[in-house]
Amino acid sequence: MGILKDRKKWDSFKMFLYILPFLAMVLIFSYYPLYGWVYAFFDYRPPKSLAKCAFVGFKWFRSLVSNPVKVQQIVQVLENTFAMSGLTLGTSWLPMLFAVFLNEIRSVKFRKFVQTVTTLPNFISWVLVYSIAFCLFNSTGMMNSFLMNIGWIKEPVLFLQSTNHVWFTQWLWLTWKNLGWAAIMYIAAISGIDEEMYEAARVDGASRFQIINFITLPSLLPTYFVLLMLNIANFLSNGMEQYYVFQNAFNKDYIQVLDLYVYNLAMGSGSYSVSVALSMLKSVISVILLFFANGMSKLIRGESIL
Amino acid sequence: MICYIIFTICAVLCVYPFYYVFINTISANDLSARGKILFWPQGIHFHNYVSALRVDGLALAAEVSVARTVIGTVLTVSVAAFLGYMFTQENMWHRKLWYRMIVATMYFNAGIIPWYLTMRNLHLTNNFWGYILPAVVSPFYIILTKTFVESIPKALPEAAQLDGASVLQIFTRIMLPVMQPILATVAIFSAVGQWNAFQDTLLLMTDTKLYSLQFILYQYLNQASSLSSMANNSSSSSLANAVATTQTATSIRMTITIIVVIPIMLVYPIFQRYFVKGIMIGAVKG
Repeated sequence: MGILKDRKKWDSFKMFLYILPFLAMVLIFSYYPLYGWVYAFFDYRPPKSLAKCAFVGFKWFRSLVSNPVKVQQIVQVLENTFAMSGLTLGTSWLPMLFAVFLNEIRSVKFRKFVQTVTTLPNFISWVLVYSIAFCLFNSTGMMNSFLMNIGWIKEPVLFLQSTNHVWFTQWLWLTWKNLGWAAIMYIAAISGIDEEMYEAARVDGASRFQIINFITLPSLLPTYFVLLMLNIANFLSNGMEQYYVFQNAFNKDYIQVLDLYVYNLAMGSGSYSVSVALSMLKSVISVILLFFANGMSKLIRGESIL
Repeated sequence: MICYIIFTICAVLCVYPFYYVFINTISANDLSARGKILFWPQGIHFHNYVSALRVDGLALAAEVSVARTVIGTVLTVSVAAFLGYMFTQENMWHRKLWYRMIVATMYFNAGIIPWYLTMRNLHLTNNFWGYILPAVVSPFYIILTKTFVESIPKALPEAAQLDGASVLQIFTRIMLPVMQPILATVAIFSAVGQWNAFQDTLLLMTDTKLYSLQFILYQYLNQASSLSSMANNSSSSSLANAVATTQTATSIRMTITIIVVIPIMLVYPIFQRYFVKGIMIGAVKG
């Protein structure tokens, strides 16, 4: 009996040993970088090793709020981050609307075609998006040729170097890339709605608009809510890739979001320690936002989003 | 009716940019340079593609991109399959703890600079494995495979167990073949991710031999953009020369763009069958 029990214990432990190498990789690549936060408390200058650098305590954190130049930069960066995330958050219902109206299309072929084609931009990288943007909007690109042909403009317009409407154009590119993909979630949810509900509504003489309003939209709200909460949790994390490829000397002031600023600080001007301090604050606030969003979800829907 | 118009516009907005770049790569370069090619190709030729292949570093970058896509995908899929299966083994020692430890990494992030410093300490900068190793254990894919395994009837592995098969034997002989649809989904997600990755090259690699296609493309874009802004700022007499070089840069840039897009376009039809399934499983993760 005892042998059998030991055998079972060993089996259970052996399975743990199988996955141990992979747990080690997670520790190295996801948890160990957290140790890098100590750089925020040193005056780290790259060629030197950390051990040879001076410990400065909270100096860099204080500089984030006391150094006037830095404060001005950070205010601008936060403004950009809030504007871009705000635009995304404020239009987060767009994919839902897209899916609802796509579902109104009777022709299955056309519907499938639209769905296929609008999802495509999601699968190309930001570098490619920028490359295509460049081909279309540079001084000899499609947009300028077209506008000059119809006589609206005489000189080519440098769209990508423009400092006007940077937030809006970045939002447009993001929407161009994501809208179709984001709608898929809702399209799948719509196909899961019980057909009998629609039948019943039609028998009762409901109009198409009433059906959308009282059946489709309410069934999609839970999905929308979860995605909205995740959006809130990611409010500070726009990612840097999009803004990195689109940035240039002209639009830099309006395009630098937090993630990009953190990168530019370290890799551009070599201020590793300040950069780490800032990204550390960002990570902590992001986790708080996540718990807030999760709490909201539990409070309103009684379900966790994690 | 209005719906049809709006969605046709959406579709055109998504297709036309690709089409525009493509017809310009196969049209006469002087017409293309003057912006004459808007709706259909004129003076069709394929020299742009021939000369693009001679561009410095492009062939090597293509090799790097293909290698990281193939090796990265194979490893990521294998590990996702194995861990997804292992995490359904209820009598594993502290199973829930380890599972949570992996899933938790989806929700926090040390930030790119600490990550970069870590990679440097591990000597994974300027090292091909810097592309592969960080992506091997991916929590999202593991959630997908685990959810899939949980949906498979328990009778199947139990019967094998009664016949005396070990956990590993059950995995390789029975579960792997059954898991094939979800593994296809993971493979395609992972391959597209590897192919499109740009940030890791930017952060980790300074050795030009390790540049990926995406990174090379970005470099060409930037060279061209500085050229064109130079041309726009300088006086008109010195302009002719600069404009000529800008134009060849433009045709090369468009051609490379198409070369980098083509693999995505090729897997896309296969992809489509799987990704809806993929995100739906992801949505009900447990």
